[in-house]
Amino acid sequence: MTEVSAVGEITRVGETAQRPASSDPVLSVEGLSLDFLLRRHILHAVRNVSFTLERGKTLCLVGESGSGKSVTARALMRIVDKPGKITGGKVVLNTDGNPVDVTALPDGSKEILKLRGGKIGLIFQEPMSSLSPVHTIGSQIIEVLRLHRAMSKKEARAETIELLRQVEISNPEEMIDRYTFEFSGGMRQRAMIAMALACDPDILIADEPTTALDVTTQADILGLIKRLQTSRGMALLLITHDLGVVAEVADEVAVMRYGRIVEMGDVDTIFHAPQHPYTKRLLASTVKLEKGRAASQSRPRAETVPILSVRDVTKVYGGAKEWFGKAAFALKAVDSVSFDLHAGENLGIVGESGSGKTTLGRLILRVTEPSEGAIIYRPERGEEVDVRALSKDKLRDFHRQVRLVFQDPFASLNPRMTVKQVIADPLVVSGGMTGKAIEEKVAHLLELVGLDPLAMERYPHAFSGGQRQRIGIARALALDPKIIIADEATSALDGSIRSQILDLLLDIQRQLDLSYIFISHDISTVRYFCDRVAVMHKGKIVELDTAEKICTTPEEAYTKSLISAVPSPDPRNKRMLHRHRFQA
Amino acid sequence: MIRYIFKRLVYMIPTLFGMSLIAFLIIQLPPGDYLTSMIASMTQSGQNVDPRQIALLREIYGFDDPIHVQYWKWITGIVTRGDFGHSFEWNRPVSDLIWDRMGGTLTLSIASLLFVWAVSIPIGIYSAVRRHSISDHVFTFFGFLGLAIPNFILALTLMYVSYRFLGQSVGGLYSPEYVGAPMSWGKLLDFLAHLWIPVIVIGTAGTAKLIRILRANLTDELHKPYVVTARAKGLPEYKVVLKYPVRIALNPVVSAIGWVLPELVSGITITAIVLNLPTAGPLLLRALISQDMYLAGSFILLMGVLTLVGMLISDILLALLDPRIRFR
Repeated sequence: MTEVSAVGEITRVGETAQRPASSDPVLSVEGLSLDFLLRRHILHAVRNVSFTLERGKTLCLVGESGSGKSVTARALMRIVDKPGKITGGKVVLNTDGNPVDVTALPDGSKEILKLRGGKIGLIFQEPMSSLSPVHTIGSQIIEVLRLHRAMSKKEARAETIELLRQVEISNPEEMIDRYTFEFSGGMRQRAMIAMALACDPDILIADEPTTALDVTTQADILGLIKRLQTSRGMALLLITHDLGVVAEVADEVAVMRYGRIVEMGDVDTIFHAPQHPYTKRLLASTVKLEKGRAASQSRPRAETVPILSVRDVTKVYGGAKEWFGKAAFALKAVDSVSFDLHAGENLGIVGESGSGKTTLGRLILRVTEPSEGAIIYRPERGEEVDVRALSKDKLRDFHRQVRLVFQDPFASLNPRMTVKQVIADPLVVSGGMTGKAIEEKVAHLLELVGLDPLAMERYPHAFSGGQRQRIGIARALALDPKIIIADEATSALDGSIRSQILDLLLDIQRQLDLSYIFISHDISTVRYFCDRVAVMHKGKIVELDTAEKICTTPEEAYTKSLISAVPSPDPRNKRMLHRHRFQA
Repeated sequence: MIRYIFKRLVYMIPTLFGMSLIAFLIIQLPPGDYLTSMIASMTQSGQNVDPRQIALLREIYGFDDPIHVQYWKWITGIVTRGDFGHSFEWNRPVSDLIWDRMGGTLTLSIASLLFVWAVSIPIGIYSAVRRHSISDHVFTFFGFLGLAIPNFILALTLMYVSYRFLGQSVGGLYSPEYVGAPMSWGKLLDFLAHLWIPVIVIGTAGTAKLIRILRANLTDELHKPYVVTARAKGLPEYKVVLKYPVRIALNPVVSAIGWVLPELVSGITITAIVLNLPTAGPLLLRALISQDMYLAGSFILLMGVLTLVGMLISDILLALLDPRIRFR
């Protein structure tokens, strides 16, 4: 039954071939609609969505932020925040032969409470904030067990330790009494999984479970979820915007846009024979990142003098003598790192979280003072600036030429300043420009980053994540810098917007003769964007080579493990789950 | 934890020293001393002032010593003998005077603190959970009303109400027949009957403030992902709210204890005067007016100590409440 249809209808392809007709879905959603009653209008967040979940199978809900994926998933547990309201459809849960319509149960009733955590488990995106910071990991899991399985405190504790062991947290007897902030991101996500699985649910909903994690941790967590799913025979609803992840783990895929499922089918069909134009576009923007740098690589190089040279830069945290002469614990965040940046070059720095890449960026700007090493900046031919020896005034000049673009487009713009004020701020601070000239400059910058100059009187909240990042870039460009350090500048953005921003950066580079230092944990982005890549691990650069070489034939064991952990957006060529593991 | 408390106690010593210095300087700052203000009031009332007697008094009180000598005498007295000096005006040791007032002050303070918490915490939680509901607006309205009405007006109103409609004697903490009487059940009941007016008067503004703080904090916390996690566990709604976000939203309430203590001593002065309460506030005011320097200085020092102790208590409580503070 293949029907190609207009936007808003569901295109089902290759459905019957995949599964036996006899299998009963454990959960089926029929025509679910959900509205948000806002002050002035009604927002149809979810419109007429239907899908089914089966034991042992994985359905991936794919879509960009705001497409209604998370709301749909939460509606299955009847967790709908205040102005939201389920307006139509059925959610039929059938775990024990008695189908129950979840949408028909009264609010806050015992049946709903039983179902939450008992039959449906939920894992979220932010492992940092989705666990209470003031309760121990153990107490939060024990609470679920005691709630649904009527265990004594002692039994629940033993069971929790067992669960922590199952999610591969080492030393669970001790970790059970720790607080969330003593866990790393990956560990927290494991604890969250343990909590979701505590009562052996029939359905696991994972809402962007690995978006906040770096590639190797992501691969670990997805592998873990997959293994647990197989051993327990759960149905998995995975929500993500990363098509690489989808290709690695999904059996079936539903593509959502504007609250509707625009296309649904098994993973192979979606990736290799997509019908809907939106699916095609999503796929196109992902595959592009995988393919390697399209931008001009034929610029003359090697004979030029590098614009920035970093030599043996080291940053040690701690290690100073304490009160009573006892030497404190010292951490080498950055360990004798050396590299050159040529004019017009894009240098990528990749690594896991905690590898020191962000610190390195700050050391170059001297936002953080380096402990050792030299940073030489050559703005003009023959001119050399020793950055570490600069006085405060001179450092300000240096900062005018080397700018930073931040990760979080929501946090890095002052919500009380208009776009014009935000972008003009560096111009005002550096002085020497009148109101009129500033306005012209801001208009020009906005045009440069592809925004309407009329937008300058509006406040940041009026803009989407991608547009805000454009504003951040315009701010960085305001003082005509030579080097831009982009610290995870695209990590918070959706796939298609991410590639737009990357293209924008490359476009600006061609016009303005910039060099980029591009710090990221996303290897496909780096491959698309950078000429050369430095791989960082535990504060050291383990490998530095052309982007192509790093991504296809890496030399070092660590680089290999990192590259193989990147999910591949092709279900016929799964890579992540059979990856190299690196022990260090 | 014990090490932390010990460290904090050690750090308090230099702070206390600095405070005693400032307290002493403050009481020395106004021109003249107790004798000049005494002479002024004596001449005003037409009494004769004998210069020789004044000189004698000056010598006895040590007013002609350099300031650092005076300070040294004062502080060594406090540290070595617990002697806070002598009140000129009352002609009694300062410590006796303060202790007399301390019992009433503390009872009243603690009672109003408990009143503030008992009223504002449930209302704050309710307002945050049912934000923009009618009852939230009603509470908000009364909250602002409570903030806006000056304490003494509220005190006068309540005094009138209680005298006119309840037939109670007002003012003070006891009815006249019980003042000076030994403790008994009758006295206790009488005390409680008197207590409610000052407690409400003193507590109203604090209650309104705390409701606002709690409502704002809790509103922020209610939409954090960990609340959804708790809900997804299948916890009933009241438990979700009370166990997770409320616990975190209580932090500012606890850190406010630090300045509640000294405020209770000095902040309720006007109310205490209006209601004729035997608390420390009016005594401090009187001491400052008549330049009764040892009494005033000791009060200022005591308030400093109370601030420090309050901060210590609130820090310890915070550490107990929030492990993120405890481990850093």
